Amino acid sequence: MFVVSWISRGPYGGLDWTWTGENYVRLLDSLVLGIFLKSFGYALGTTLVCGLLGFPLAYCIARSSKSWQQWLLILVMIPFWTNFLVRTYAWVLIFRADGVVNGFLKILGQDPISLLFTDFSVCVGLVYGYLPFMVLPLVSALERIPIQVEEAARDLFATRLEALWHVVVPLSRPGWVAGSVLVFIPSLGAFITPYLLGGGQSLMIGTLIQQEFLVARDWPFGAALSFGLMAVILMLWGWLGRKPEEQSMI
Amino acid sequence: MSRLPRVLIWSSAAVVLFLYIPILVLIVLSFNDSHMGAVWKGFSLRWYDKLIHNPAFFEAMLNSVLIAAVSTGMSLIFGVGAAIGLEGNRGRLLPFINMGLVLPLVIPEILLGVALLMMFVLLQIPLGFVTIILGHSVFSLPLTIVMIRARLRKLDPTWEDAARDLGANSWDVLRHITLPLLKPAMVGAALLTFTVSLDDFVITFFVAGPGSTTLPLKVFSMIKTGVTPEINALSALLVLVSILGVGGSWFYQQRSGRVVTQSLS
Repeated sequence: MFVVSWISRGPYGGLDWTWTGENYVRLLDSLVLGIFLKSFGYALGTTLVCGLLGFPLAYCIARSSKSWQQWLLILVMIPFWTNFLVRTYAWVLIFRADGVVNGFLKILGQDPISLLFTDFSVCVGLVYGYLPFMVLPLVSALERIPIQVEEAARDLFATRLEALWHVVVPLSRPGWVAGSVLVFIPSLGAFITPYLLGGGQSLMIGTLIQQEFLVARDWPFGAALSFGLMAVILMLWGWLGRKPEEQSMI
Repeated sequence: MSRLPRVLIWSSAAVVLFLYIPILVLIVLSFNDSHMGAVWKGFSLRWYDKLIHNPAFFEAMLNSVLIAAVSTGMSLIFGVGAAIGLEGNRGRLLPFINMGLVLPLVIPEILLGVALLMMFVLLQIPLGFVTIILGHSVFSLPLTIVMIRARLRKLDPTWEDAARDLGANSWDVLRHITLPLLKPAMVGAALLTFTVSLDDFVITFFVAGPGSTTLPLKVFSMIKTGVTPEINALSALLVLVSILGVGGSWFYQQRSGRVVTQSLS
């Protein structure tokens, strides 16, 4: 309870104690709106790619034998519990101008390409960072679907992939919703990834908020930004929270 | 068990590879003798040697462990109390309390970080250990409460009733029945909050003051000042710690799971 009061208190922390709506008007500035939209796009893309990559793995984990399942889950958990900063930094090593990718290109006799500080590197970092958040809820949703349902679909002459697409994917909806929320929200507010992999060029809301607070020292505007982000997230959350069976997953 | 389609197996293998390539690169490069870049110049332990002779590294590690221990301990004490209190409560405020508990776990960390920073500055609390510990409690406490409540809900109320029938007062019931039954959940919650606190960067970044550098902050400042193989060594060590952590908690679960089933049969 007091935790919430901390959060809601934040946005009104003006330094000059005159009330003004100006900071919120500045949110509508085209540059700021652009960054909001861009972050939204990044987060959406990250969620989609995580779903695409996460589903096959989650399905294999859910449908494998018990002993395999445990090992596979541990395999997913280890990167999940590794420090986020370290995992992001590993991609810096790979993408750097004299990093691993360019090292290989050199061996192959190709010209080096610049990968670090691009939109691409930020997206890879985001997907990598939040993939386990998609896989784990999907596994628990898929496990609840009895294998007989799939067999029934196959008996009705569905191919394996048809059975997956028309039966398993819709039935695992709670897992999709939970996973998407768990990927979308943190990637919307991501700070480490765009900071380390995006450099100065790809600002996201997270890096913008950090700059306003620690570099520009414009706290009221930073607070307005934070509150804007928070409002977006709460609206999303409220919209999803209407369906009780999905709320239970989150 | 029916066989899995081959497409799915290959694509999941690719995804697992994707999850592990960066970690492998990190570990391999930490043994690289070369000063710069990804060119392999032979096996060497000198970055580890340099790391363990760096006093700032030990200081940061000590700070991290201290902060994680204190915030875990505090969360456990208050969290168990709050969870037991909330479970007996059927008030009208309960849905709001529940939402308030989940909120810090759902919103992006950066929002918590800036909100805490503003609060501490407005209340004129100097940034340092105290603010980091309080900041970490913002996620540790709800995590603990959620985990303990999940366990409480599964407890058989007849145990407590039986103790009361045998003349125990509510304090005895709590000490001899409820708390021992909650032990697995308490250990799980403590492990989780300790790890999360040890790993946390974003909140710490906003509320840390001079002299209270934690390990993730140290890694960040090292990355910012330039990529040196010393960070690779440190990062590889952190990866090892998390592998041990996951493995350890898994074995604990296996063992305690077996103990529970044995005691039930």
